[in-house]
Amino acid sequence: MTAQSTDIATYNFAYLDEQTKRMIRRAILKGIAIPGYQVPFASREMPMPYGWGTGGVQVTASIIGPDDVLKVIDQGADDTTNAVSIRAFFRKVANVAVTTETAKASIIQTRHRIPEHPLKAGQVLVYQVPIPEPLRFLEPRETETRKMHALEEYGLMHVKLYEDIARHGRIATTYAYPVKVEGRYVMDPSPTPKFDNPKMHRSPALQLFGAGREKRIYAVPPFTDVVSLDFEDHPFEVQTFDQPCALCAAENVYLDEVILDDHGSHMFVCSDTDHCEKRRADGHRGHFAPETLAPGNMEPAQ
Amino acid sequence: MPTPLVVSDVAKSFTMHLRDGIKLPVVAGVSFSIRAGECAVLGGPSGAGKSSILKMLYGNYAVDEGQIIVQHADGLIDLATASPRTVLAVRRQTIGYVSQFLRTVPRVSALDVVAEPLVERGEDREAARGKARALLAQLNLPEKLWALPPATFSGGEQQRVNIARGFITHHPVLLLDEPTASLDARNRDVVIALIAEKKAAGVALLGIFHDHDVREAVADRIIDVTTFAAGKRAA
Amino acid sequence: MTDEPLLRVSALSKFYGSRVGCENVSFDLWPGEVLAVVGESGSGKTTLLNCLSTRLLPSSGTASYRMRDGQFRELYRMSEAERRFLMRTDWGFVHQNPADGLRMTVSAGANVGERLMAVGDRHYGKIRATAVDWLSRVEIDEDRIDDEPRAFSGGMRQRLQIARNLVTGPRLVFMDEPTGGLDVSVQARLLDLLRGLVTDLGLAAIVVTHDLAVARLLSQRMMVMKDGRVVESGLTDRVLDDPRAPYTQLLVSSILQV
Repeated sequence: MTAQSTDIATYNFAYLDEQTKRMIRRAILKGIAIPGYQVPFASREMPMPYGWGTGGVQVTASIIGPDDVLKVIDQGADDTTNAVSIRAFFRKVANVAVTTETAKASIIQTRHRIPEHPLKAGQVLVYQVPIPEPLRFLEPRETETRKMHALEEYGLMHVKLYEDIARHGRIATTYAYPVKVEGRYVMDPSPTPKFDNPKMHRSPALQLFGAGREKRIYAVPPFTDVVSLDFEDHPFEVQTFDQPCALCAAENVYLDEVILDDHGSHMFVCSDTDHCEKRRADGHRGHFAPETLAPGNMEPAQ
Repeated sequence: MPTPLVVSDVAKSFTMHLRDGIKLPVVAGVSFSIRAGECAVLGGPSGAGKSSILKMLYGNYAVDEGQIIVQHADGLIDLATASPRTVLAVRRQTIGYVSQFLRTVPRVSALDVVAEPLVERGEDREAARGKARALLAQLNLPEKLWALPPATFSGGEQQRVNIARGFITHHPVLLLDEPTASLDARNRDVVIALIAEKKAAGVALLGIFHDHDVREAVADRIIDVTTFAAGKRAA
Repeated sequence: MTDEPLLRVSALSKFYGSRVGCENVSFDLWPGEVLAVVGESGSGKTTLLNCLSTRLLPSSGTASYRMRDGQFRELYRMSEAERRFLMRTDWGFVHQNPADGLRMTVSAGANVGERLMAVGDRHYGKIRATAVDWLSRVEIDEDRIDDEPRAFSGGMRQRLQIARNLVTGPRLVFMDEPTGGLDVSVQARLLDLLRGLVTDLGLAAIVVTHDLAVARLLSQRMMVMKDGRVVESGLTDRVLDDPRAPYTQLLVSSILQV
């Protein structure tokens, strides 16, 4: 218990009361015991709106300790509003150390990305999940989807992929790409790009998923099989980019498109800002890095 | 000669529940048998119950009392009490029926209507169609009609399709309900020839023929239905 | 044809509180046999169908089904997982309203392919080829394969529903007023199609209908229901040509002659 002495309100450590944290930890333990299974939990009101990571924040609040080092990313970036706010929140209510470096963090809360730097044993990745039910868009009845999970009736998931191929000639699902966990439960990996799916497979880190509005927690314990669904004649493939990061020249990483002006010029840069900065500090330079370009000589990439 | 069909003491009446349950007696004490290779004809004025007897023999009408024993699959079956499934098997293998009217099925060609009984018995569809063509040709049905559904055919044309459908299979017992009613002389003769062929093949035939000439030509004996009048026994 | 029935139903009853859904229904159904259940609305025929297809549990009575391994299994003692597996492999259910039996927002091809994927088919090309084959068997043009059933006419939707049900080669199909709500000409086409499929595939079927003409065309056997009870049963043509129960006589005499 680390109560801060300030003039205004004092919070219980990590904001949530101890009973709530125990309840959430029980849900997490059950989730770990049944990889990929969605455990209902009594999601609390948090001092932020739904859709801003209330599920992930509750999971983080329940597992964080005073010695933890927290990193928060939003679409790979440490410096966006959501990430900055959640980091500030935990600094205030738990007084924990924060970092932007993947390797130094013990807990990484993420919205829609898995860091490029490989995770290691002992680290925990907490996903913010908007819609935990992968079958939802094809079968809106929750009673029915729960039954389908219970009876392992997952034909419908392939119907979705079939529709993709029929319409687009290939599996066009690029994010929230469904996976099968430990050969049993089909799981929505949250809206991460499918580029990140292979990183979930047999990851040494513990992966926890929290959906606040939907009141569900699920988990992928370390070294668990996570297999992306596909067809024999249309195997799962990740996105590839035909150019490296414009700033750090990294290849085989996930890139974001950045619009540069009103004329449509754009560049592709690492979505993982920490990874990009690290590489630039190590001397890697992309064709659009400020150091490469002389001032006033900025030519947009075509 | 074997006797594939024996009818004994059969009675039939209709109870009209919609008219205060009045009972219309039809026939009673119906007893006769048919030998293989013979053609018996039911005789008597209309309303005497000829059609009803034929329908009872085919399982189409329920039987109030009595027995209808038919030789079926190396055994004897009482059609009066047989289960629906048994009646269906008897119809498939043992008793054929040529009705007065063709019950048409939408969109099925005349050729397939005729071939269907054979296909249902597991015969190859093309082989069945071959036999159907031969029969339709024999019955002088214009070839241009074969591919059309018979629903729009004339009465005589429909009846010829119906006859072909009834004669295409080889049932040991064949029931004929006025198959020649709306046929011209030429086609009547074809039917007479077909019946003679069946007789020669050892089929037991029982028919209703109002046409005097046809009856004369095919009947080995006449069974007088008036002797089975339902009122008689009661009186 | 085997000597054993496919389905044995004994003294099946379903009560809704004190109200009777269906009472004391018994029959056997053999492979390749089509049984019509007729009666007016409220006669219990749909309740019976729902009990038989295990969409509803009866209050009492038994129904046993001969599985593909030849063993009879008591339907109401099976686990839900087993029943649902049966439902999507060995059985079919054709709803009166195709929207109840189809996924209206996925393509026709996926509607047909779903059961294949549900039993583990994972080859897109093969699934699609099977879907094309089935669409042609129910007379839907191949170029409609990627259209959603929302864009289909009522008759086409019904034919699509039939294809979706038959793709796994079921042995028993339940049909609830399969031609209800369709134009007469569309009905005729559908009936003809059903007749052909039932004969070609040797399907057993239980068809609930209030239309005696449909019963005559599709079925060999018939049960007439009134107030939840079977008032008459037998060969379809026997029941229709020589109706014995007062209610059956009323039904038959009510048919409009064209």
